[in-house]
Amino acid sequence: MQLTGAQALVRSLEHQGVDVVFGLPGGAILPAYDPLLSSSLRHILVRHEQGAGHAAEGYAWATGRVGVCIATSGPGATNLVTALADAYMDSVPMVAITGQVPSALIGTDAFQEADITGITLPVTKHNELVTDAERIPAAIAEAFHVASTGRPGPVLVDIPKDILQAPMSWGDWPPALQLPGYQLPGPPDPRQMRAAAELLHKARRPVLYVGGGVIKANAHAELRQLAELARAPVTTTLMARGAFPDAHPLALGMPGMHGCYTAVAALQEADLVVALGARFDDRVTGRLADFAPNAKIVHADIDPAEIGKNRTPDVPITGDVRAAIAGITASLAELVSDGGAPDTAGWTAAVDQWKRQFPLRYTQDADGPLKPQHVIERLSALTGGDAIVVSGVGQHQMHAAQHYSFTKPRTWINSGGLGTMGFAVPAAMGAQVGRPGELVVAIDGDGCFQMTAQELATCAIEKLPIKVLIMNNGFLGMVRQWQELFYDERYSYVELGTAIPDYVKLAEAYGCVGLRCDRADDVDAVLDKALAVTDVPTVVDFRVHDREGVFPMVPAGRPNDEIVLGPEFSADEQQAATRREVFGS
Amino acid sequence: MSTHTLSVLVENKPGVLAHVAGLFSRRAFNITSLAVGPTEDDRVSRMTIVVDGQSTPVEQVTKQLEKLVRVLKVTELQSDAAVERELALVKVSAEPALRSQVLEVASVYHAEIVDMSPTTLVLEATGSPAKLDSLLAMLEPFRVRELVRTGRVGLARGAGSMTDSGLSAVPASQAS
Repeated sequence: MQLTGAQALVRSLEHQGVDVVFGLPGGAILPAYDPLLSSSLRHILVRHEQGAGHAAEGYAWATGRVGVCIATSGPGATNLVTALADAYMDSVPMVAITGQVPSALIGTDAFQEADITGITLPVTKHNELVTDAERIPAAIAEAFHVASTGRPGPVLVDIPKDILQAPMSWGDWPPALQLPGYQLPGPPDPRQMRAAAELLHKARRPVLYVGGGVIKANAHAELRQLAELARAPVTTTLMARGAFPDAHPLALGMPGMHGCYTAVAALQEADLVVALGARFDDRVTGRLADFAPNAKIVHADIDPAEIGKNRTPDVPITGDVRAAIAGITASLAELVSDGGAPDTAGWTAAVDQWKRQFPLRYTQDADGPLKPQHVIERLSALTGGDAIVVSGVGQHQMHAAQHYSFTKPRTWINSGGLGTMGFAVPAAMGAQVGRPGELVVAIDGDGCFQMTAQELATCAIEKLPIKVLIMNNGFLGMVRQWQELFYDERYSYVELGTAIPDYVKLAEAYGCVGLRCDRADDVDAVLDKALAVTDVPTVVDFRVHDREGVFPMVPAGRPNDEIVLGPEFSADEQQAATRREVFGS
Repeated sequence: MSTHTLSVLVENKPGVLAHVAGLFSRRAFNITSLAVGPTEDDRVSRMTIVVDGQSTPVEQVTKQLEKLVRVLKVTELQSDAAVERELALVKVSAEPALRSQVLEVASVYHAEIVDMSPTTLVLEATGSPAKLDSLLAMLEPFRVRELVRTGRVGLARGAGSMTDSGLSAVPASQAS
């Protein structure tokens, strides 16, 4: 059958099972937009291409499926770069399709020309400039295969305008994939899984260090079985919040720079750390040389390059983390039936003692300034931990990760690796598109919100009833906190002011419901009101205390043992935390 | 300086060299030399990349290279089990009074004279990088006017072929 390249592109996306694309048309991509109009695909017209990119990410985080975005050449394509880099850092499966200037003009500095495959080379898992219309179906099929298998990531397909207009003959679907250099790891090695099980069986102070890979591999059920069988406490990183229920007795909360004291201390004192789909990121390890100094390391990851990159493991396991966890659990079950359950009672008692002694702590005075932690705890309570929570980057992100009590996977969506301010609103939009019946709440900062707020228009028009809770402290809060702690309180260009813009009016101008709250007593009523809106987005301007910091905190580049509990704890408590004595160490 | 030689088979497609070079710069790995050219199969190119083992974690380089979709196979050439050669062209001053001394050096190193002017000679020399370094040290007193080196290329000794195993997955339809 004779088609144009553009028709082949749209047909390929349909065959690929794509139901929605986020995009914004322009000159070079115009040929593709014509068949799009009569296709089965839902196209969501964003207001800025970055919004399309983050929406595709939010869709992928929430559904586990590949998110798709489309933009034109030049500035359209470069506006996707931040989202691609974000998806690359957080291993989000995403396919970006960009128009390119006609083949004959490539390299001539033509209007709206940018070398987008060159620009995105270091921030994509793979990219391709298609030079032949016949290759379009295979290029699309390969893009989805690469994006969604192994360690997921973003793939960009750049198609010149004349290739979209050229005739091609449509063949069978699926086309043959031509990816001879793309090899996926085989099943995890049974001997290594057995070795990991033996270490878990013998360990007296084990910790399961769980990263985003566990969510991507849909391994949460297997994780819970392993944790309960091994009687091992579980810490879930910023990328893995929701992989293990926070209310579970073995849950330690989040590790790292702003992690719970108990999670940080447990990793430092552990005799065994089992890293599952995690990558020993600097925000988790603190100064690497001082991280978990007495622990043997088991490291299971699908990406061979992560194993040994930062910390050399005693037991390396390459492969799908779900299969790895299941295999370790099966071996451990045999060891338990022969030799009894692992003896971790002393350890879990010590850990529980830390939880009681050094919890996340803040003070909400009834008549005092509103604390962001209070808003998030009330949201957590009112939603039963069942909302899909999306955040931007900064203090509100850390407060949300700390204080929302997650119950299940794919309910926490944020920009972890790249730390992209402005992620929340468009990512929430994508999540709401992917899971239409569910409650999607963006917890955002006032700085972040203003970077991508224009997508409220898209949400209002598309009837996507996301909730955006702005923790408005009038500052670039995390930067302000670092200037307070490390730059002698010299606040250099971090004050945004709380009054401009008027977020309630802004929301209304965008066709959304706008609310405001500045008293602790009103939080529940305002949240109830916001959660009740079901047809358009709702924006709530929470005027929160501008000097509230995020604690605990490990200063950047310092050992995790130097964790600072913060102003809510006395000097004696800090000393007790620093000089902890540990069972069996 | 301890170096490692990586032999890398890649698909012969646009942008592959940029991809490989970009990986090195992004991950702050240092390239000592890089040579690239066609192979016996026109679907495939071979890169020989020499990295400094002190500053660059070779295992990590190998794993990251293997992740690139257009990279087919990565092998580290062990110096005792591989032949490694480099070619240099050297334009050296050779005034008539000194010319015979330059020719003597060239002959000791089995370098060929490939061009001549009244005051210069161009030498072509092939060998291990150490041999070329030594030749250049000997030529330095005569004044080296211009120099170009290809960078190291290498092949494993014995009957095995990296191309056979690297290519097993390339569909024949890709042959051009």
